[in-house]
Order: sequence, then structure tokens, then C-alpha cells
Amino acid sequence: MIEVFVFAIFAAIAIAGALVMVIGRNPVYSAIGLLTTMFSIAVFYVLQNAHFVAAVQVVIYAGAVMTLFLFVIMMIGVDKKEDTTEQIPWQRPIAIAVSVGLAAVILIAGSRAWITGRSVFGVDGINGTIEVVADALFGTWTLAFLSTIFLLTIAAVGTIAMAQYSPRRPEEES
Amino acid sequence: MMTIIQWILLGAALFSVGLYGVLTRRNAVLVLASVEIMLAAVNINLVAFDTYLSDPAYTGQIFALFVIALAAAEVGVGIAIILMIFRNRHSVDVDELDLMRY
Repeated sequence: MIEVFVFAIFAAIAIAGALVMVIGRNPVYSAIGLLTTMFSIAVFYVLQNAHFVAAVQVVIYAGAVMTLFLFVIMMIGVDKKEDTTEQIPWQRPIAIAVSVGLAAVILIAGSRAWITGRSVFGVDGINGTIEVVADALFGTWTLAFLSTIFLLTIAAVGTIAMAQYSPRRPEEES
Repeated sequence: MMTIIQWILLGAALFSVGLYGVLTRRNAVLVLASVEIMLAAVNINLVAFDTYLSDPAYTGQIFALFVIALAAAEVGVGIAIILMIFRNRHSVDVDELDLMRY
């Protein structure tokens, strides 16, 4: 029963954080809203006994990715308020319609095939510990793991190459 | 009593909020952050179905880990691109990036 209370509280916090993120005027507030959402999602993982995924969520999202976002937001200027006057007419109503329509389509499609069957939430205490996840990761999914290594290497090389590339005006570069 | 339905509802709500952010934000950094919310919503569904099915191979949790790794790589490359755009144009407003239009 306590799981339902924890879920309700943190679901409200997660959705509120996401809303602050998408409609906040100041980019720093948006970053803080995203941080709140990411922490709430880590709580959801703990609630589902996926402890390792929760730890990875906190370390990577709330730690590394949010630091990167805040760094870039500070770097390219927080004082520039985003003006919300739309240059494209009807963009905002269409965006609201698309978002609400997508949620409605998901719920309609889901209500035609509500999942039934056994439900095992919160009974298996050992589920999601590092041992079983590592066993699956380095056993069944070794090839995908190695592919991820290639992906991260290629991304790092691409990032460094892009940072070193200097456009036509080399005298302006430091 | 936790059921799978409430995780699906939460995932759908977060995904839709992220989609709204992608469609309306004009700061390119915040468009990227909205994409992160959409990826996290997908992760909630993956972990919920993994717990629901009690899959012996832990496919859902492993897939969620891969999605997190992919999101980290995407943020790195995306922010490098945004910084390049900022160096060239001194603005990251996506409405002004119409170089390849027509």
C-alpha cells in the first residue's frame, strides 16, 4: 500500500518537473525541472526493484548529463530570455493538439488491450541487483554491450572533431 | 497494489509533455532536454514491463541501460553541434536556423 503512495507523490513531482521544463521562461528553471524529473524517475526504478538502473539513472542523468546541460546553458547566456511570441502561426495550438492527441491515442490503444495476467510487483527482493544484471549484460547481451562501446567511442571522436573544427575565421578563435 | 497500468499512464503523460517541449521550445539546448524526457518515459515503460513479466533474462532493464548510454552519447554530440552553431551565429534559436530551407 505504501508503494502506491510513493508512486502517487513522485508521479506528481515528475510530471510537475516536466511541465516546468517545457514551459519555464528561464532556461535554468527548465534545467532544475528536468533534474527533478530525473530524480523522481530514479525513485520509480527503486520502486520496481531495479536498483542498478536507479543508480545509473542518478549517476548519468542527474550527474553527468545535467551538469553538461547547466554548463552549456550558463555558457551560451542565461540572461537572454526566450521571447515567446510565435513567428510561426498556430505552432503552439498545433503542438498542444499533437501532444494531447498522442496521449489519447496511446490510452485508446491501451484500453483496447489492457494487459492482464500475473502481476509480481514488489515480491522479488533480489530482482535488479547488480549480480543478476551483470550476469545478463555480460552473458546474453555481450554483443550489444560491445556495440555500445563502439557507439560511445565514435560519439567521443565526433565531439572532439567538432570542437576542433574552426570555421572560416581562425583569428577569432582563442 | 501496483499494476502495470499506472506505469503506462505515467510513461504516456511524460512522453507527451516531452513531445510538447520538442515542438514548442526555441532554445536548442532545451529541445535536447525535452528529448531526454521522452527517452526517460520510454525507460519507465521498459523497466515496468521487465518487472511485470519477471523476465529471467532481464531484457527490459538491460535495454533501459542501453537507452541511457545512447542518451548520454546523444547529449554529447548534440551539445557539441549546438556549441558549433552558437560559435557561428551567436544564437541557438531553432527558428533562426533556416540555412537549409528550400
